[in-house]
Amino acid sequence: MSGGAKGGTEVSGEYLIKGARLLGGEPADLLVRDGVIAAVGPEAASATAQVVDADGLIALPGLVDLHTHLREPGREDAETVESGTAAAALGGFTAVHAMANTSPVADTAGVVEQVWRLGREAGHCDVQPVGAVTAGLQGERLAELGAMADSAARVRVFSDDGKCVSDAMLMRRALEYVKAFDGVIAQHAQEPRLTEGAQMNEGEVSGRLGLVGWPAVAEEAIIARDCLLAAHVGSRLHVCHVSTAGSVEILRWAKSKGWNVTAEVTPHHLLLTDELVEHSPVGAYNPIYKVNPPLRTREDVEALRQALADGTIDCVATDHAPHPVEDKETEWDAAAMGMIGLETALSVVQRAMVDTGLLDWAGVADRMSFRPARIGRLDGHGRPLRPGEPANLTLYDPSVSRLVEPSGFASRSRNTPYIGMALPGRVVATFLRGRPTVLEGKLQ
Amino acid sequence: MNRHLISAADLTKDDALLILDTAEELAAVSERSVKKLPTLRGRTVVNLFFEDSTRTRISFEAAAKRLSADVINFSARGSSVSKGESLKDTALTLEAMGADAVVIRHRASGAPHRLAHWVRGSVLNAGDGTHEHPTQALLDAFTMRRRLGGIEGRRVTIVGDVLHSRVARSNVLLLNTLGAEVTLVAPPTLLPVAVHTWPCQVSYDLDAVLPKSDVVMMLRVQRERMNAAYFPSTREYSRRYGLDADRLARLPEDALVMHPGPMNRGVEIAAEVADSPRSTVVEQVTNGVTIRMAVLYLLLGGAV
Repeated sequence: MSGGAKGGTEVSGEYLIKGARLLGGEPADLLVRDGVIAAVGPEAASATAQVVDADGLIALPGLVDLHTHLREPGREDAETVESGTAAAALGGFTAVHAMANTSPVADTAGVVEQVWRLGREAGHCDVQPVGAVTAGLQGERLAELGAMADSAARVRVFSDDGKCVSDAMLMRRALEYVKAFDGVIAQHAQEPRLTEGAQMNEGEVSGRLGLVGWPAVAEEAIIARDCLLAAHVGSRLHVCHVSTAGSVEILRWAKSKGWNVTAEVTPHHLLLTDELVEHSPVGAYNPIYKVNPPLRTREDVEALRQALADGTIDCVATDHAPHPVEDKETEWDAAAMGMIGLETALSVVQRAMVDTGLLDWAGVADRMSFRPARIGRLDGHGRPLRPGEPANLTLYDPSVSRLVEPSGFASRSRNTPYIGMALPGRVVATFLRGRPTVLEGKLQ
Repeated sequence: MNRHLISAADLTKDDALLILDTAEELAAVSERSVKKLPTLRGRTVVNLFFEDSTRTRISFEAAAKRLSADVINFSARGSSVSKGESLKDTALTLEAMGADAVVIRHRASGAPHRLAHWVRGSVLNAGDGTHEHPTQALLDAFTMRRRLGGIEGRRVTIVGDVLHSRVARSNVLLLNTLGAEVTLVAPPTLLPVAVHTWPCQVSYDLDAVLPKSDVVMMLRVQRERMNAAYFPSTREYSRRYGLDADRLARLPEDALVMHPGPMNRGVEIAAEVADSPRSTVVEQVTNGVTIRMAVLYLLLGGAV
């Protein structure tokens, strides 16, 4: 393993993690030394190591997020690389992909290297910048994808997230072009003409509330087209934040053909529905539930859970989207779209997938670490918990319950849809290459 | 009754009947030479209009003044969109001024719900985006009841741009509460996708529904809908969904023709239909003041 291009000179101590259930299995000890897992099981012993009591805790490989908005540069009032990666570490993440829709847009080697460097300086988790597909996210001409790939940031994931690469020819070219450096296009699937002014899922609730609908077909039509394009040019497609049952069916079909298509689902689409816009403890039309793609129906949530369980959807990605209070304390139409999610992701996945019996902890490790690391071509992350592997890991207590209280978040923003909800579980510790970024649930 | 009137769904059948009965009593006042009652003396009603609507604002203003309330007109039109004061700050300002009721008209659906979070006074929805306009539905029901003697079992046909109509939404809810049978008629493009879940019938064929209607309510068609391909041309729209003299003749003899105004004569309603004795358009305006008096009276009256 290369340890990625990052990491620098890190002084990491020696830790003996005692009695952790590896991927939810039998309790075992883990010895972490010099940034790697030195030993597992009976051989894990040391007289000098600091002991971490992990009795009852689940040990997972450090979580990897393919979809994070860190907002820096440009919207440091909402989030910074420092605050966003602190939130990530507290959520159990050791690597996040920083989306390109910053200001300036991450569409040049200069900007992606700046974000990457800020991540190294913050040190809470690895920051892997995502490059824009088109210059300025304008959807008109390709950004310098190769330059970003060759930069110190080593970009492999490209996305205009927030906007769809809707021009079919441009999408085709992007898919073709990134083959040269094993890149992937992560598409925000949203047919723009079908979603002009769209405010929420088009359905029963939008009709009653008089809000402009965002129809499922606007997502599904683009996913179908892009799967066909990816197959035609033999490239890799990743679909961001899949939100509908119809999208799941298309992905299942594309995968059955053996095409190189992957997909992610957000925690909020696994738990919440559009009914919250009409009825919720925080009142009707509360923009805390405004997000793009929008919250869908109960049937969609059920289909997404099944798809994540059976692997049709490869991974969970947070789409952590911080917004300042004033952009959410408005009438619905005027509010910004997006929710924060890094500090609640694992708890929501436990509630939606583990507590429902759809995934075991090994499955969670696969969907939140192994697979996203592979899709992002991240070396050193998403590795098995075996001797010699980099010590990126998360210790999680699934037995506790907590009331979500956003004032305690490390994120600069407070726009969580889970406010006041009781969620299961708590991240106790996170290790990044052997160094604790979180211990006893506190940022180190 | 609720402290606010934001949606017609907030009203039980008893609430709605109480408002209609109260309006009936207040109508007698409007016919006197001195039209003023002292009921709301010392109370402050704010008309907060983010969207131009002179007729609705004047109607609320007249209603409040006839009940002796102090009326403040706050025309915030333009300021909110052009990065001016936020709705929340406006709400806090009104709160600081001691508004007992805020009548809000806003281009955004749900703005009154948000406002109700930030003020202590009663919030009256005077039309929010494409969501609801409950006092319009109440005045329509009042008009129907006065003309037809009752609402229960009456067949009401609402024709036009249901998708974007706050009048249609409030009317479907209220008329259903009051026991009427509602049928929506529109081109499929102007109906919400899940309209089958609404408590009403739906038809694309106006001519088939007309003979079975006790009331036909025509909705205003915004000309800009044409550009968004909801229908090919206003001419085709009025041919298929407009109420002209021929169609008027196909209505039962004592059926009413209603329109919330402002009308597009020659588009959804022909001039001779609008001006016919069956038309209640002018009456609806008069009844608007009465019904808004009743609502203000009931929301604010007892709480001094």
